Amino acid sequence: MTATATPPTGTKNMTMVAAINDALDIALAADDTVHIFGEDVGVMGGVFRATDGLQAKHGEGRVFDTPLAEAAIVGMGIGMGLAGLKPIAEIQFAGFLYPALDQILSHLGRYRHRTRSRYHLPMVIRAPYGGGVHTPEQHADSPEAILAHTPGVKVVIPSTPADAKGLLLSAINDPDPVFFFEAIKLYRSVKEDVPVGDYRVPIGKARIVTQGDDVTVICYGGMVEVAQKAAAAAQAAGIGVEVIDLRTLVPMDTDTIITSVAKTGRAIIVTEAPRTAGFHSEIAAVIAEEAIEHLRAPIVRVTGYDAPYPPFTAVEDVYRPNPLRVAKAIRQVMDY
Amino acid sequence: MVQCLAPDGSVVREDLLPEPEIRLDLYRQMRRARHFDERGWVLYRQGRLGVFPPFGGMEASQVGTAAALTKDDWLFPTYRDTGAALTLGLPIARTLAYWRTSPHGWHMPADLKVLPFYIPIATQYPQAVGAALAERRQGTRNVAMAFIGDGGSSEGDFHEALNFAGALNAPCVFILQNNGWAISVPTRTQTRATDLSRRADGYGIPGVRVDGNDALATYHVTREAVDRARNGGGPTLIETVTYRVKPHTVADDPSRYRSEADTAGWDAKDPVTRLRTHLLNAGLMTEASEAALLAEIAAEFEAALAEADSYPEPTPAEILDHVFAEPTPQLKKQRAEILAEHAQDQKEQA
Ligand SMILES: Cc1ncc(C[n+]2csc(CCOP(=O)(O)OP(=O)(O)O)c2C)c(N)n1
Repeated sequence: MTATATPPTGTKNMTMVAAINDALDIALAADDTVHIFGEDVGVMGGVFRATDGLQAKHGEGRVFDTPLAEAAIVGMGIGMGLAGLKPIAEIQFAGFLYPALDQILSHLGRYRHRTRSRYHLPMVIRAPYGGGVHTPEQHADSPEAILAHTPGVKVVIPSTPADAKGLLLSAINDPDPVFFFEAIKLYRSVKEDVPVGDYRVPIGKARIVTQGDDVTVICYGGMVEVAQKAAAAAQAAGIGVEVIDLRTLVPMDTDTIITSVAKTGRAIIVTEAPRTAGFHSEIAAVIAEEAIEHLRAPIVRVTGYDAPYPPFTAVEDVYRPNPLRVAKAIRQVMDY
Repeated sequence: MVQCLAPDGSVVREDLLPEPEIRLDLYRQMRRARHFDERGWVLYRQGRLGVFPPFGGMEASQVGTAAALTKDDWLFPTYRDTGAALTLGLPIARTLAYWRTSPHGWHMPADLKVLPFYIPIATQYPQAVGAALAERRQGTRNVAMAFIGDGGSSEGDFHEALNFAGALNAPCVFILQNNGWAISVPTRTQTRATDLSRRADGYGIPGVRVDGNDALATYHVTREAVDRARNGGGPTLIETVTYRVKPHTVADDPSRYRSEADTAGWDAKDPVTRLRTHLLNAGLMTEASEAALLAEIAAEFEAALAEADSYPEPTPAEILDHVFAEPTPQLKKQRAEILAEHAQDQKEQA
C-alpha cells in the first residue's frame, strides 16, 4: 500500500477494491482535512473491505463508524464540507441511498448555487451499485440517473482498477460534490497494473476501450466488460465495434460520443438500470440532437427492465444485460 | 429491566408467569424457530438456502413478542425476524422459499397480515403506524407490531414513527431488539444512550426494557402493550435486551470486529435453555414429552422443506410480473423481448 502522495512511480497489480483502498489511503496521507465515515467503514473496513486497514493506519478521528442513518451521514458530511473538511462518505449499498435523498436533492447539489459560491461542498459519496452477484432485495439497484438528474452533483462510475484509483483521487480533489459508484461485480473480478502514487484520471473524459468503424457501444461501470465481450465476438465476425466507457455521467464527454457515432453511424447504449427515463435515454437524446444526420440505424438501448431488480437467483441474469443481448443489438443495427 | 426467569431458569417474578399452556406454547415456538435457524445453516452450507441472517439466541425476543399477537394483527418483520414471522404463522415452506431467493417466498398467506421481511432499515416503522391507524379508523381492535434493531433505531424513520404514533394515538407496538451489534458496529458506537427504551420518553409514550432472553418476560410486557393498544391506550416501545451470538449473516466473519469473549457470556443466557429448565423444574414438561415435541418439530420442518423443494423456479418473464395491476405498454414490449430471447436460447441449446 502506498503511504505518501508521491507522483506515480511504476505500477502494482491490483483489484478494483484494492485500487480504491489505495486511493483513499493516499488521500488521507496527503491531506488531513480528508475524513472517511459511514456504516462499518472503521473497525471492519467496510462490507466490501474498501476501507480495510485505513482506521488502524490513520486513526479513529479520520476514519470512523457512524450510527446507521444515511440522511445524517450525508447531512453531517455537508456540514463538514461547509466548515472546511473534505468528507468522504460511504453509503453501504447504492440501494440504501434513498433515505439520504432529501439531503442530496435539497442541499448537496445546490449549496454553491444558493450561496453564490460563498460555500462549496468538496464531498465524495461512494456507493457500491449494480447486480450480477446474487445479492438480496434492493442491494443491486443502479440509481445513477437520480443523481445525474440532480443539478450540482457530479457522477463518476469507473470500470477498471486503474480508473477507479485515478478517478477517485480526482473526485476527492474536486471542489464540488461527486457521487462515485462502484460496480460490486467488478470489485474483485478484474486485476490490472495500477500506477503507484498520486495517480489521477480527469473527471469528464470518456475512455475508448476498443476501436471500430461499424458500431459505437456506449456504456459505463459494470456494463463495460459485458460490452467488451460482445465487441470481441463481433470483431471475430468482421464487425468493428467501438466501445466507449463513459467513466463520468456528469459531466458527460459528449465529444467522444459524437465523434464516434459520426464515424460508425450506429449507436448502442448499455446499462443495467431500468429502461424508462434512465441515463441511457439522455445519451440517446444527445446523439439524436447532435449526430442524427450520421445515423444509419435507430439508436438501440440494452438495459434492465421496468421492474425492480430481481433478487431471484434463478432469473437474475435475465434482468442484467449480458454479452448475448449486446451482440443481438449489434446484429440488429448492422442489419437495419 | 423486566425479568421473569433468571438465566438459570429459576423464577424471579412469580406474578409474571403466564398460564402453563402459554409457557409450553412459547417453548414449542422457540424450538421451531431454533430448528429453522440450525437447519438453515446446514442448508446454506449445502447450497440449498441462500445467504440469510441467523437469529439463534434471539428466540425469546422474537417469539415472546410475536406470540402476543393474533392473526388479525399486523407484523412488520426485518430480515432478522424469521422467528417472529414463524410464530405468527408464516409457513415454514414460504420462509425457506424467501431465503432461497424464490418469488414463492413473497406470496404471503391471505389469512395473515405479515409483510415480507424488510431489507431497508427502519422504513417499516412509519408503515406500521399507518396500518395501526387504518385499523382503528375502520373500527377494529387490531394492532400493528414492528421490529427494528438497535442500529435501525438511529434512522430518522424510527423517530418520526414513534412521534407520529404517539401524536396520533396509533395502536402500535414497537419492538426494538437490542442485540448489541449492527453488523460490525456495537451499540455504544451507535448511540451514547444506554437505555434505548427511554427514547419513548421523547415522544410521550411508554417505554419498557425487558430481558430479551427471557420468553416469559418478553411475552408478559408485550401482552400488556398489545392490550393497551387494543383498548385505545396508544403505542408502546419495548426494548428487548439480547445478543446476536451468531454472525450478522451466514456469510459474515465476526472475528473481524468482536472477540470470542464478547459473545461467550451470552451462551449462559440462552433463552431456550432457560425456559426448558423452568418447564422441567415446574413439572410442565418431561424429557420424554420434550423428545416427542422435538421429533414433531423436525418432521414438520422436513415436510415444509419438501414443499419448498417442490416450488418451481421462476421463468425469465416472471421478473416483470406484479409491477402494475395492468402491465404498461412498455412492460408488455419488454415481456415480448424476454420471451423471444428465451425461445431463441432454447432453440440454440436444442
Ligand atoms: C437503509 C439501510 N442502510 C444500510 C443497510 C445495510 N445494513 C443491513 S443490516 C445493517 C445493520 C443493522 O443493524 P441493526 O439495526 O442493529 O439490526 P440487526 O442486523 O442487528 O438485527 C446494515 C447497516 C440497509 N439494509 N438499509
